[in-house]
Amino acid sequence: MDNRNPPQNSLVSVHNLTFSRGQKKIFDDISLEFERGKITAIMGPSGTGKTTLLKIIGGQLFPEKGTVTVNGRNVHHLKRDELYTLRKRMGMLFQSGALLTGMNVYDNVAFPLREHTQLPESMIRTLVLIKLEAVGLRGARDLMPNELSGGMARRVALARAIALDPMMIMYDEPFTGQDPISMGALVLLIKSLNTTLGLTSIIVSHDVQETSAIADYIYVLSEGKVVGQGTPQEIQQSSSEWVQQFMNGAADGPVHFHYPAKEYMDDLLFTEKTLFPRKRLIGGKSTTKRSRY
Amino acid sequence: MIKFFNYLGATTRASFTKLGRATYFLIGILAGIGSVIVRPRLLLKQLHSVGVLSFLIITISGLFVGMVLGLQGFYILSRFDAEETLGVMVAASLVRELGPVVSALLFAGRAGSALTAEIGLMKATEQLSGMEMMAVDPIKRIISPRFLAGFLSMPLLAALFSAVGIIGGQIVGSGLLGVDVGAYWSQMQATMDFREDIINGVIKSIVFGFITSWIALFEGYDAVPTAEGVSRATTRTVVNSAFSILGLDFILTALMFGDN
Repeated sequence: MDNRNPPQNSLVSVHNLTFSRGQKKIFDDISLEFERGKITAIMGPSGTGKTTLLKIIGGQLFPEKGTVTVNGRNVHHLKRDELYTLRKRMGMLFQSGALLTGMNVYDNVAFPLREHTQLPESMIRTLVLIKLEAVGLRGARDLMPNELSGGMARRVALARAIALDPMMIMYDEPFTGQDPISMGALVLLIKSLNTTLGLTSIIVSHDVQETSAIADYIYVLSEGKVVGQGTPQEIQQSSSEWVQQFMNGAADGPVHFHYPAKEYMDDLLFTEKTLFPRKRLIGGKSTTKRSRY
Repeated sequence: MIKFFNYLGATTRASFTKLGRATYFLIGILAGIGSVIVRPRLLLKQLHSVGVLSFLIITISGLFVGMVLGLQGFYILSRFDAEETLGVMVAASLVRELGPVVSALLFAGRAGSALTAEIGLMKATEQLSGMEMMAVDPIKRIISPRFLAGFLSMPLLAALFSAVGIIGGQIVGSGLLGVDVGAYWSQMQATMDFREDIINGVIKSIVFGFITSWIALFEGYDAVPTAEGVSRATTRTVVNSAFSILGLDFILTALMFGDN
């Protein structure tokens, strides 16, 4: 058991985390701190393993090196029961909402309450209605998940995530693929839940505008490293070329517009190599993996 | 040549790893059965979707298989003037072999593929990891009840299949072809043995129920979480179940009826 005291006011701390998938290093010795009661955002382009980070914090994936402590406990040294007890206090909002498709909205929100408490049904009803009211969907309680729009599904999932009154919520790409109105609703909700319930929020996102508007602190990740961190203002004025490209959405910069390829001219005047590409067989499958940029 | 051995090694290793995962998964399922017994509502719901919804296909197929057996049996047996024993022939082939095997194959196609698709989709839409993050063990909550339902339904469905088949045999045998109804049933009663025939048939269907439910749930749980992955997993469920059922049937038959 890791008995290290977490730094003051940090609910979640990630120390020297390294994690790889196959040959690719997703995280290379990164350290992050998530302060209590604050909204901390992790930003970066798609495929930098932002969702993976949430799964590591939630104890679903194990890091190669490094420690993750949540509320002073090392997540990956916990026994299964202890981890489950901890998870009851960690809400997570999945990108797809991850609502149980076989149940209606009401039962979905009631699900964690029914699984983890012995409360009478009348009490559960009251709690579910309070949570649904908080996300503005009390009237939608009889709908099935497939009848909800993407934004509504995420709000229901949010109501479910706060059903057990957790100490923190992890949001996985909460703004992706939302129309401006749902997006506005979600931004407002995340902010207001954070202040009214005193939650610690971790947002993983690549929506620069929305996230900058509500985050207290931002980490920018790229290629497994933290390339920038600070308050939204500090990030905006970052001297890093990479961070500037990301925040302003420039098509070319340190991250190139073109996927690595051989010389354009050679490719057009196709040579023998392009006519007969060599396939390398490793483990029965041809390897076409290349690094992302 | 090197490539061939490389491929062979990789494939072997992959199959054994998968077998290991499947075994580990099975242990998880069995450990979760206790919590299903405490919450019978979960089981009832699955008994309905796995068992009751397979009723129609099992009944209709059983009826037709029995009718065909009656027809074919009659032509062969009447050559030896032994058409009175038609009941024995139909009952023995159904109870010993066709009942358990064909109903298990149909079960894999109807319920097994549905289970794989359901679990695979739950995985693809992050419902399973969502549940884990809500501190609910998906194996206990989702998989174990389905496994138990499949395991319990299979012998009952096989019995239903055989029973309907025997009636089908009678419809054709005595209704169309003129075998005496009394002879059909009394010959059957006199020859069929409870321990030797019926119990052995039930044991077979229990084994098939176990193996098909296991394969179906594992393929779903192990599916690549994309639409394509789920469709492949569903195919694999049906193919692997069919192989396992037929292979195990041979082994079980050899063990059960080998000495006479």
